[in-house]
Amino acid sequence: MTCCAPGVEAGVDALSTPETDDETLLANTHELKNGSRQLELAVPDINCAACITNIESALEKLEMVENARVNFSTKRVRITFSPDKGRPSDLTKAIVSKGYRTFLLDPDLDANKDKTLSHLVRALAVSGFAAANIMLFSVSIWSGAEPVTRDLFHWISALIAVPAVAYAGQPFFRSAARALRHGALNMDVPISLAVLLALALSVFETLNHSAHAYFDAAVSLLFFLLIGRTLDYLMREKARGAVRNLARLAPRSALQILEDGRREQIALNEIRPGMQLLIAAGERVPVDAEVVEGLSEVDLSLVTGESVPEQVSEHSNLLAGTTNLSGALTIRATRPATDSFLARMIGLMAAAEGSKAGYKRIADRAAAVYAPAVHLLALGTFLGWGFASGNWHTATVNAIAVLIITCPCALALAVPIVHVVASGRLFEHGIMMRDGAALERLSEITRVAFDKTGTLTRGQPTFIGQIFGPPELLQRAASLALTSRHPFSSALVVAVKPANSMENAREIPGLGIEATNQDGVWRLGRADFCHASDSLISTSDSTVWLSLDDMPLAAFTFADQVRPEAKHTISTLLANNLKLSLLSGDREAAGRRVANSIGFEDARFDLTPEQKLAALDEFKGNGEKVLMVGDGLNDAPALRAAYVSMAPSSAADIGRNAADFIYTRDNLNAVPFALDLAKRSARAVQQNFALSLAYNFIAVPLAVTGNVTPLIAALAMSTSSILVTLNALRLRLASKATAPAPTTTSTGSGQQNTVPAQ
Amino acid sequence: MSSVLFLIPIALFLGLLGLGAFLWSLRAGQYDDLEGAARRILNDDDDGPENDKSPQNNKSD
Repeated sequence: MTCCAPGVEAGVDALSTPETDDETLLANTHELKNGSRQLELAVPDINCAACITNIESALEKLEMVENARVNFSTKRVRITFSPDKGRPSDLTKAIVSKGYRTFLLDPDLDANKDKTLSHLVRALAVSGFAAANIMLFSVSIWSGAEPVTRDLFHWISALIAVPAVAYAGQPFFRSAARALRHGALNMDVPISLAVLLALALSVFETLNHSAHAYFDAAVSLLFFLLIGRTLDYLMREKARGAVRNLARLAPRSALQILEDGRREQIALNEIRPGMQLLIAAGERVPVDAEVVEGLSEVDLSLVTGESVPEQVSEHSNLLAGTTNLSGALTIRATRPATDSFLARMIGLMAAAEGSKAGYKRIADRAAAVYAPAVHLLALGTFLGWGFASGNWHTATVNAIAVLIITCPCALALAVPIVHVVASGRLFEHGIMMRDGAALERLSEITRVAFDKTGTLTRGQPTFIGQIFGPPELLQRAASLALTSRHPFSSALVVAVKPANSMENAREIPGLGIEATNQDGVWRLGRADFCHASDSLISTSDSTVWLSLDDMPLAAFTFADQVRPEAKHTISTLLANNLKLSLLSGDREAAGRRVANSIGFEDARFDLTPEQKLAALDEFKGNGEKVLMVGDGLNDAPALRAAYVSMAPSSAADIGRNAADFIYTRDNLNAVPFALDLAKRSARAVQQNFALSLAYNFIAVPLAVTGNVTPLIAALAMSTSSILVTLNALRLRLASKATAPAPTTTSTGSGQQNTVPAQ
Repeated sequence: MSSVLFLIPIALFLGLLGLGAFLWSLRAGQYDDLEGAARRILNDDDDGPENDKSPQNNKSD
């Protein structure tokens, strides 16, 4: 069961270091009545039954912990502990020691979701209870109860229906009222009108001892609609919760070096220009800064898209969001956090917001046509019957019957049910969908724009080969590399798998690794460190040298490699008649090789975030609808501006928040899979609209001519709702063949793998 | 007819009882982690009569 060792997949990933700061942890707890505190942590790697036991038992072993409960669905653990008996950081350490990553949750996103959901579920339960009981009475009325019994049953039905509708109908009434206040019509307006009128008419008819009442129709309608609404809400909540679990990769605090040399943890927003901060190897740079002391290399791939780590030393400038790779750096902040590169990206994103806001969901577009038509039809029926027969009571009854029968029950279910089923399919394949509108937009795209580093490529160097020197030195180089966590070293270790590391090897930050044995001084690292000249071998890839006593003996090249599935992804997209673009922030020399190997016609390099936006604008000007796939900080504005966007779960925070879809399996095949599902969903939505329109064509003439009995109304509405639901469920059946194939790097266990193998 | 007079209140009462039970279980958090509940069956509790004999337990990390 490889699923139980997520630490292996995450590798030596410095970014996954847990929150170990006691104060931050304590600030995120809340106090219970008996004085103990409760803390909720995200543990995104929980994926099997043994994980539950592992984490719970590790935590409960601690003396301070009173209770630990893993929630498998939300991938979180809730811990009740007494703060007097130990430090909160021991909790995260206990989880990490079992090989799981853990993060604090983003507190901003949790506001009132629980209230909405539990209100919806309670309304669903109440309407279900009412519908079932009223239906019992209705069946005996339909089978011909005597007038006295019928009246009694109508009265009992009224007694159940009126409070049930008053309670369970609130979600619809509120939304309808909101729409009307803004002078708009949405689907909830005719729904509310139909339910309320059906109820009022039924009470009126009951008072008059008449044979027909529509209590069952009013309540079962609410029941069906609430099912759709609750599922829709659950779907979005699930995706949002999963995104929230990923939210804590960015630094929230930094280590400040005070003038007297003491060190102090300060919050990100307290950083002022001129402050000196200490950045350990593996940490992210919190603000734009200048290096004061130290030698290291920084990983720019998430920020600018550049794949080769950059060497930094005194006076080098650092961008916020880059990762410090090898040595500790003392830096001086040059700008406050609110004015950093990150903040600039957020500003660009706010400006780009407009393009999606104009999109109108298909259900709203349908409502805008349907609602006025229905209301006009009812008015026509009322006036027609009134003037033709002079009997205004019959006219009212028939007009209301038209409203009940045309109540867009199936229409209101048509879209959300399809989206719920589709989002379930996507979720099973590790793709999280923000909302249904994104799925509608995805089905319309004409062009896909890819970012390069981290999206089309792995975003980390892979060992390509030895270009110089005797091959047996490869083992020697790899045994040196074991000491270091530098990406090149990791790549070498992964490729060669050395037996044991060299004794007393040490890493010299920013330069390489050095070790001494009986042969002399071995060095593995940059060209100048090994006294080699880079001009000896000219290549666009990055080269690492091995030397003995300052004598270069061998050289190895590394490059950011194209993902193995990328070619397949691209050809699938081309087969779907989509145009492709590559928008890369990397230099042309490094990027061109990738573009050529996959076969991009339209490839652009050296793009700033603004230029990426401009490229998208250009496509938009040509009437194209673009899907943007990217992961970097520099892609975030483009992700927001594109018609629809996807990002891997390893993407930078704000990029992930801007994307409509997030794929967690580190596999590009998620793109064609989601696209295919979006297209089939769009078809299913159209079929559902056709079904409910067909139903209206049959039922409306009956209603207009005054032939609709409560029995017909109940049958017609239930049948159309069930048909629509069944049609949506077909999405689950047919799609087995198009599931994305597992890549070579996946665990192969078939388990959901939410670990972004970085 | 007379039987209906007490059968209907009984039926309604039972229905309400079911509704109440559902609302209670909802509030008690029994639906918070449906997936986890399904998986927990596979775990052998320490206090069980024959623990650590299941093949599931041979992988400890």
